[in-house]
Amino acid sequence: MSEWWTYSLSDFLMFSARSYWRLTELYNRDVWPAQLVALAAGIVVLGCIVRSGARAQRVAYLVLGAGWAWVGWAYHLTRYADINTGAPYFAAAFALQALLLWLCALRPGSLTTSPLRRRGGLLITGAGVLAYPLLALVDGHGWSRAEVFAIVPDPTAVVTFGVLLALRAHWLAWIIPLAWCAASSITLMELRLWQAWVPATCAVLAITAGLAARQQERPLNSTADSPT
Amino acid sequence: MSSESHPHSQRRRLLAALAGGAGSLLLPPLHAAPAPLITRPIPSSGEAIPVIGLGSWITFNVGRDPQARAECAAVMRAFFAGGGRLIDSSPMYGSAQDVIGEAIQAIKPARLFSADKVWIGGGARGPGQIEASRRLWRVPRFDLLQVHNLLSWEEHLPHLLAMKREGRLRYVGITTSEGRRHGEIEKIMAAQPIDFVQVSYNALDREVEQRILPLARERRIGVIVNRPFRQGDLTAALAGKPLPGWGAEIGCTTWAQALLKFIVAHPAVTCAIPATSSVAHVRENLLAGTGRLPDEALRKRIAQDAERAA
Repeated sequence: MSEWWTYSLSDFLMFSARSYWRLTELYNRDVWPAQLVALAAGIVVLGCIVRSGARAQRVAYLVLGAGWAWVGWAYHLTRYADINTGAPYFAAAFALQALLLWLCALRPGSLTTSPLRRRGGLLITGAGVLAYPLLALVDGHGWSRAEVFAIVPDPTAVVTFGVLLALRAHWLAWIIPLAWCAASSITLMELRLWQAWVPATCAVLAITAGLAARQQERPLNSTADSPT
Repeated sequence: MSSESHPHSQRRRLLAALAGGAGSLLLPPLHAAPAPLITRPIPSSGEAIPVIGLGSWITFNVGRDPQARAECAAVMRAFFAGGGRLIDSSPMYGSAQDVIGEAIQAIKPARLFSADKVWIGGGARGPGQIEASRRLWRVPRFDLLQVHNLLSWEEHLPHLLAMKREGRLRYVGITTSEGRRHGEIEKIMAAQPIDFVQVSYNALDREVEQRILPLARERRIGVIVNRPFRQGDLTAALAGKPLPGWGAEIGCTTWAQALLKFIVAHPAVTCAIPATSSVAHVRENLLAGTGRLPDEALRKRIAQDAERAA
């Protein structure tokens, strides 16, 4: 398959911004009122970060895993695949991430004492749950294009960054959300949409906060099994 | 649904021939085009096709959106009403093939020239993909099948040529875009009995003028031109820039028309395939296939002015 090197990123952009947003609008209409359930689930995840006990961690991972599984099936496999031939692969990656998060629920991490980790995680998770849907209003398109956690991929990945940061998750759980973030940001950039910067910025903030927190935690707990 | 396979098209062709049109004059269905579209003969057969076709990359990949599908069907209706024939798609274009097929089923065009591609790694999977594409298009057979971006061309091309020999396909071609693998394209053009080559060509990207277009003339290979507007970037860059005085000489009122006339005026070019999701734009594009075409001197000026203005 040596031919693949001849393709550029723009060659794989097979739809217009208009088709992308219309897909979001129609999907939002079809799954309503699942957005309300997802919003409630997001608030539960925020509460779990505040409590951060072993049980709260389990609940956060289970809810998050359910969100990834739903987005993989309902969005990627049954909707996005209509305009993006790569969507079935995204669906498989989202299913794998759901499994990883459920595995994390079986073995919650050690409690963190880093305020940076806790506050940073809360901030990013809050942004993904509460602020992300409001971005649709910035463009003046109303709620029909609202991007809600556990309904569409980008806020789901952002909330995941917040949770992984706050709960000091295993580094393996970061890979797929980061890969999705890169893929989504590149797609949105090719579509010349300003929203491209949102998931990428949240990913950079989460990684930076995680690395900084790791520095803080090193003297406190040198046996921590998680690099982030 | 090739023009030959549809009973209505045979009647129309007979009437056209009786009227003295013989290929280049198309019978207008309901709404007459302002002037007949210029046609070019396919070098390998002599069959005339209009110089303006319709691409579907990005524009027709609208998923299940019923509103957008209706808009695409309206574009195709306007295209056929204006005398257009060749529509080009690919399995790579998401839902575009199905969108085209749905519109074909509704419109039942009298003179469709269906051009699709095979785009899959490995020759063994080619026939399956071609059959899936044919079902999506809802046509009895394709007029033209091309190996998309030369992907596994060594394996696909023998199969396409065998389909042609068996009468299951009328023409065979290869494609590339954005200047990729021109060296290999030239080798295939020189060695294989293909009917068409599809390349990117516009007033700014003129590399094919050096070797591929002359070779196409020499080898009697038809040329289909994709990305005539650089995927909209060229017309966007020229938006608001006044069209120089020469526009009126060749009956152009917009840069888009001038850019298309620049392309189809090249003697090696058989057809350009601008893609659009706008009825107004498809009508504007079709107008570029009518009236006077620029001579070589004017083509040079168009390229220079477009370069300066873009």
